[in-house]
Amino acid sequence: MTTQDYANRISQIIQEHEADIGAEWVAQLEALTVRTNVVSKEQLRRHCQQFLTAFARGTRGGELQNIEHRSWDEVRDLLAEISSSRAKAGSTPSETASFVFSLKQPLFVRLNEGMAGDPAALAGASWTISSLLDKLGLYTIEVFQRARDQIIVRQQQELLELSTPVVKLWNGILALPLIGTLDSARTQVVMENILQKIVDTGAAIAIIDITGVPTVDTLVAQHLMKTIAAARLMGADCIISGIRPQIAQTIVHLGVNLEDVTTKASLADAFVVALERTGTSIVKKG
Amino acid sequence: MERIPILRMGDLLLVTIQVDMHDRLAMTLQDDLTERIVRDNAKGVLIDISALDLVDSFIGRMISNTAAMARVLDAQTVVVGMQPAVAITLVELGLTLHGVKTALNVEKGMALLGKNHF
Amino acid sequence: MSAALNNAVAFDTALLELHARLRTARTTLPLRSDEDVVGLRRHVRERAVALALSLVDQTKLVTAASELARNTIKYGGGGEVHLDALEDGFKRGIGLIFVDNGPGIADLDMALRDGYTTGGGLGLGLGGSKRLVDEFDIDSRPGEGTAVSVVKWKR
Repeated sequence: MTTQDYANRISQIIQEHEADIGAEWVAQLEALTVRTNVVSKEQLRRHCQQFLTAFARGTRGGELQNIEHRSWDEVRDLLAEISSSRAKAGSTPSETASFVFSLKQPLFVRLNEGMAGDPAALAGASWTISSLLDKLGLYTIEVFQRARDQIIVRQQQELLELSTPVVKLWNGILALPLIGTLDSARTQVVMENILQKIVDTGAAIAIIDITGVPTVDTLVAQHLMKTIAAARLMGADCIISGIRPQIAQTIVHLGVNLEDVTTKASLADAFVVALERTGTSIVKKG
Repeated sequence: MERIPILRMGDLLLVTIQVDMHDRLAMTLQDDLTERIVRDNAKGVLIDISALDLVDSFIGRMISNTAAMARVLDAQTVVVGMQPAVAITLVELGLTLHGVKTALNVEKGMALLGKNHF
Repeated sequence: MSAALNNAVAFDTALLELHARLRTARTTLPLRSDEDVVGLRRHVRERAVALALSLVDQTKLVTAASELARNTIKYGGGGEVHLDALEDGFKRGIGLIFVDNGPGIADLDMALRDGYTTGGGLGLGLGGSKRLVDEFDIDSRPGEGTAVSVVKWKR
């Protein structure tokens, strides 16, 4: 039997018994799925029906090994949809893969019936279907992982947003406290945010406070310098505050040139300098 | 030939660059500005680059040269509205735009020009 | 300017196939006039946006492209640029290869040094462009031509 023959035979069997296969499959899944709050019964049935139809169409394409082939595009898209929505609803990857694997049983039963007289063909078809569903099941896990990764990335970005608070100290004076460890990648993003906030608020001076930063290495120091240079190019200026003795030592050791950058130990001192520069002074009354 | 329009406001010249400039257009702008400074006896030039999402070395040099020529003609130049991504890229490129004053927006740019000329 | 009659630049360089294994598509554009530079900027920006590069990374890549394209025209007598879509596993990127038939660069070390502020270097700005991209390779043979290959990956 050629691959195309298998394909035709299998798709024929699926089509003839679609309703029965579908019903058995759903029954199995409902038994497996302990948590119905993740996937409702109607949704489950709908997914099963959609998948079965698409699967039958896929087998007709004749390509039973390579699920990247375009005859499996519809199935893959459907699985991607199902997998993503389950990932968002809190399913585990196994639960989602089981969706596909549990189709084997009802299919085997029908294959058995339909090919009883030809053990060699039956063995071949069973093996083909099994490995095909294995691949599709694994595909759902891949998509699942990717969806979860995207959620993680988004959460990281949100965390990043939170970790660059902006405080408007005075007209045209911003304070940007940096918090936490700065690795090279995060520092770049943080710096871009600082510059954008300067533009958004039209601040003349941005005080970058690094009190909350435990260590500063060469890369971070360089990024800081570049940010200040960029801010100046844009027409604003920066003051660095919160430099602790250890950090001061590190910066000197690293040979970073801080000559034309104003640095202050405390945010308060930096604020006074900023006020002076913007032509404002604080006067004590009485 | 296309030219970038130069507006006059009193003794100030205002240029808003809104197109992706090719080198010839940049050179034409530089020439036009220099000519107008003399013709209109301008004391200040405001170049608005808030719509530019790209400033490469040629445009950077054009801006520097324009500012230098303006200074010789006793006029001040301020460049406003540089986008953060552009600023970061210029720093990385090593272009400093020496001798060019900058401001965050047109309003601040005008204030800067107003302060320094009489 | 000894421009070839057809568009293909006759500078045989291994850089054209440097990332052959990772390349999924290649588009070739001529670099002969000012307008070509503007067109290239637009093309690269579109690709960078499609790749979802951050705004800063987009700007860096387009700026580097502009610089290198200008070099090709001004110092190389015109040439062409190949835009490659690259895939390395799950990593995706854009590759640009600038090729010309020009006089070539005699002193590469000198050329890679910055030429903007210090006055040293050859004014080619190669050092600067190098900092804007993730990968930078150059092949230049005096009297034959120059090829510069750069890559920016989606972080």
